[in-house]
Amino acid sequence: MEGLTYDTVLAFCQSWSVVYFSLMFAVAFAYAFWPSNKKRFSEAAYMPLRDSDGDE
Amino acid sequence: MKRKTSAMTTATDLPSPLRFDLALFPALLALGFIAALIEVARSPDPAMVVQAWTFMACMGGIGIFYLATYAGGLPREERTGYATNVIKAGVVASMFWGIAGMLVGVIIALQLSFPNLFYFPDLPWTNFGRLRPLHTSAVIFAFGGNVLIATSFYVVQRTCKARLFGGSLPWFVFWGYNTFIVLAGTGYLLGVTQAREYAEPEWYADLWLTIVWVGYLATFLGTIVKRKEPHIYVANWFFLAFIATIAVLHIVNNLALPVSLLETKSVSLFSGVQDALIQWWYGHNAVGFFLTAGFLGIMYYFVPKRADRPVYSYRLSIVHFWTLIFIYIWAGPHHLLYTALPDWAQTLGMTFSVILWMPSWGGMINGLMTLSGAWDKLRTDPVLRMLVVSVAFYGMSTFEGPVMSVRTVNALSHYTNWTIGHVHSGALGWVGYVSFGALYCLVPWLWNKKKLYSNALVEWHFWVSTLGIVLYITSMWVAGIMQGLMWRAYNDYGFLEYSFVETVQAMHPYYVIRTIGGLLYLGGVLIMAYNLWRTVRSSETAATEPAVAPLAALEAAQ
Repeated sequence: MEGLTYDTVLAFCQSWSVVYFSLMFAVAFAYAFWPSNKKRFSEAAYMPLRDSDGDE
Repeated sequence: MKRKTSAMTTATDLPSPLRFDLALFPALLALGFIAALIEVARSPDPAMVVQAWTFMACMGGIGIFYLATYAGGLPREERTGYATNVIKAGVVASMFWGIAGMLVGVIIALQLSFPNLFYFPDLPWTNFGRLRPLHTSAVIFAFGGNVLIATSFYVVQRTCKARLFGGSLPWFVFWGYNTFIVLAGTGYLLGVTQAREYAEPEWYADLWLTIVWVGYLATFLGTIVKRKEPHIYVANWFFLAFIATIAVLHIVNNLALPVSLLETKSVSLFSGVQDALIQWWYGHNAVGFFLTAGFLGIMYYFVPKRADRPVYSYRLSIVHFWTLIFIYIWAGPHHLLYTALPDWAQTLGMTFSVILWMPSWGGMINGLMTLSGAWDKLRTDPVLRMLVVSVAFYGMSTFEGPVMSVRTVNALSHYTNWTIGHVHSGALGWVGYVSFGALYCLVPWLWNKKKLYSNALVEWHFWVSTLGIVLYITSMWVAGIMQGLMWRAYNDYGFLEYSFVETVQAMHPYYVIRTIGGLLYLGGVLIMAYNLWRTVRSSETAATEPAVAPLAALEAAQ
């Protein structure tokens, strides 16, 4: 338990969380803007209109 | 026409009425009934006895509903197309709880304006301390929760092209959730509370909600799993994040030990600053995942649908989703600035709140820009206008929130009416309007009507309630900033300039203005209820049968 003090946990969280969040964002961003996903997402934008159900 | 063919295709393989869910849920209801019966017989706690009677009545009521619906075999609605009846029930419950919760809001606003007029020492249940959680829970969890259940059930079926999963499970979720609401609300009036903000219900109600919520998650996930669309639409991601995160928040925040299994009182497993942090981790994410993520699910379906335009940028919606959920969860500590919470944790909460501004505005821009090419509809369609104004309020309160989370601003705003104003610009403007917009869309669709009874009444609703919101939030801004400034004012000798009661007296006119604002908002909802009721009663049915057609066609094709 010597190494696992409040301060070491704190230092680990405070530094590595920056990496964690940057990676998280990079992955989400890459997924959203990956060129091969473009067609799928442009089609998905029409999904609410394609359920041919509603007030028309 | 299509309904007939669908009925014929499914009539051959009519599912047996001895389904698993039709054994499980009545058994659960019976267990609940028996547990409540034991409490009634044994409990020394009079509040527990009343709560147990209430619970027994609810269990009995749902039991009768099950008998009436399933005793004569599977109802026709369960064999054809999408589930609609449970959504209709959700719409009705939303309107009922909305009116009830807002009425209580007006009453407590009046109590603050005229304390002597509404002070009944002999009637403890009329006390502000008991009515205030009744108001917050009724509008957030009863109104908002039923809107979310109804809209999520509607959207997930349409965008997955699949009927709701679980047979009678959605009905159990609906009735079970409303049982929790009744138990919580009547509990507050009796003085039963665990004193955790937005999580006041005691341990037994929390246990019941946990069971119901697992059912909700199962319904939603099960429907997604059996979807016939390859892609999971972004609204479903938001709904799913809302359901899953609320489950985690609810369980952790309510970890408590009952004093006795026969009494209402329980003690939290956490204490001190840890307890405070857990509470606000829960509290802020109730805002983030219940009142934001869930209602963003509504926005991403109903705004494109109503405007008849695709989502402005689907890629932005993906970035919006992932950044929003991963950042929101850390913002809670901003409720505990200048407390015993470690400084770094306060800074963390503040920083994440400020970062949160970006995904929030990304989402707002996405919602607003979905109207590109359809802006003219704002002039003619008051329902669409309501939806769009809700997104504008979303943008405004998600800007105000980060500002208020900054330490120096918070030093002035915390514990003042500015916070109340901020919450209500989000609640009345964003959550309220996006819900009203969705309900105005849903009622003609669900009840198969050509259109709403009256567009003019929607216009009235829109303008009356908008005026109400403006009065509400401006009066609370002024009152809050004034209150904060008066609290920190010193005279030349270093003494406080004002006594506390002087700040209370100074706020009187703003409290009155706020009450008028609340009355106008409630008036708008009453107009809406009348309009929706007349829509349901009207004889003008839509030409097609929208609720069943697409799924039936799909099933027939298989």
